[in-house]
Amino acid sequence: MVKKFFVLIILVFFAVMLLPFAQDVTPFKELSQTATKYVKDGPDELGGANLVTSVIVTYRGLDTLGEVTVLFIATAGVGFFLRREDKRKEKKKRESSQILQSGSAFLFPLILMFGVYIFLHGHLSPGGGFQGGVVLASALVLLLLSRSATKINDTVLHLVESLSGASYIAIGVLGLVLVVGVGFLDTTILDLGEFGRLLSAGAIPLIYSFIGLKVGAELVGIIDNMRKDQS
Amino acid sequence: MTIITILGFILVLIGLWGMLTQKNIIKIIIGFSIVDTGVHLIMVSIGNLKDRTAPILDKAVDKTEALTRVVDPIPSALVLTAIVIGLAVTALMLSYAIKLYENKGTLDISEFKELKW
Amino acid sequence: MITAIIIVLGVIMIVAAVLAVIQKSLLSAIIAAGAISLLASIIFIILAAPDVAMTEAAIGSGLTTLVFLFTLNKIRKQYRHG
Repeated sequence: MVKKFFVLIILVFFAVMLLPFAQDVTPFKELSQTATKYVKDGPDELGGANLVTSVIVTYRGLDTLGEVTVLFIATAGVGFFLRREDKRKEKKKRESSQILQSGSAFLFPLILMFGVYIFLHGHLSPGGGFQGGVVLASALVLLLLSRSATKINDTVLHLVESLSGASYIAIGVLGLVLVVGVGFLDTTILDLGEFGRLLSAGAIPLIYSFIGLKVGAELVGIIDNMRKDQS
Repeated sequence: MTIITILGFILVLIGLWGMLTQKNIIKIIIGFSIVDTGVHLIMVSIGNLKDRTAPILDKAVDKTEALTRVVDPIPSALVLTAIVIGLAVTALMLSYAIKLYENKGTLDISEFKELKW
Repeated sequence: MITAIIIVLGVIMIVAAVLAVIQKSLLSAIIAAGAISLLASIIFIILAAPDVAMTEAAIGSGLTTLVFLFTLNKIRKQYRHG
């Protein structure tokens, strides 16, 4: 009883502390200074039509590098805890019905293509590397769930993930090394091209493709580790 | 908008209440996920300006009039990162829960007394 | 009109959050948490942030619910096999 009273006191205290903030928040009338600079200079300097993409990949590129690192550490942690060899013999699993098998085989390449479309057009329409990677991972998860005899080749998965991560860093270092670059993770090292076409905005489509592949491979790795040793 | 900010705060409070009172470890992790969603709602609702549209330049919004018609793009970028990291941390916490269950056989948090005095 | 939609969605979200905390059955709590993420992605579209809405719909109500259900499966299986 004392514990419930204590919890209530903590919640009321928290709510009272947040209340002036909730009352005081007046909607802004115009963009802040940083946002004004990003919106004004973004399309001319970087060539991308999607302003959120140009903020994530170029202006705040180091935060994206940090996020890729955190995702990698979490995947490594899950793999470390849940890894086990398949010691038991394979029990006979019940096969799923014919509708499920044919339907998933039909849908799998379509979803895969949709995911690749999303991260290739990240600088032109809403989307980008993270959304495309999640759609790729869910295509593979569809196969894993509907056909019980699927096995994922671990070597290919690790190879895709490591090579994508290393290429992302290599493109960043190219910005330091080449004469035309300005610093680490500069996306104007490639040609800016025409505004609104697929091959424009410098190195943004290339960077986002590598990020999309890496995120997709990592999420499939997490799901596969949690699924192992099931009968 | 102000009403969505208040909705986000109420979600944070409900999630916090869930984390403090529940005994099952999986329920505590569900409470954490609700707090996460509430915080993202608060962040995106602060960056919203009245009667403006999404920060993408195409036929509807031109390059020259972008400054007066577009919503703040910075909170969207931050929340995108935060959502993916939230998923990774939730998966790691659930793998901890699985290992704790294999060790003791129960998911009740008052059974784990090794760190108490 | 938009305010009415936001109020209706908000009430459903709060009811689902309270249900997710109170319920005894873990399966219902997990599905309620997935429903909260789905309704949050609709609110993100009303707030003019389409990238965030796409990400939240795919990750929040797709992969998070999936990871919770895999965990539930592992726990129940070991409980049944002693």
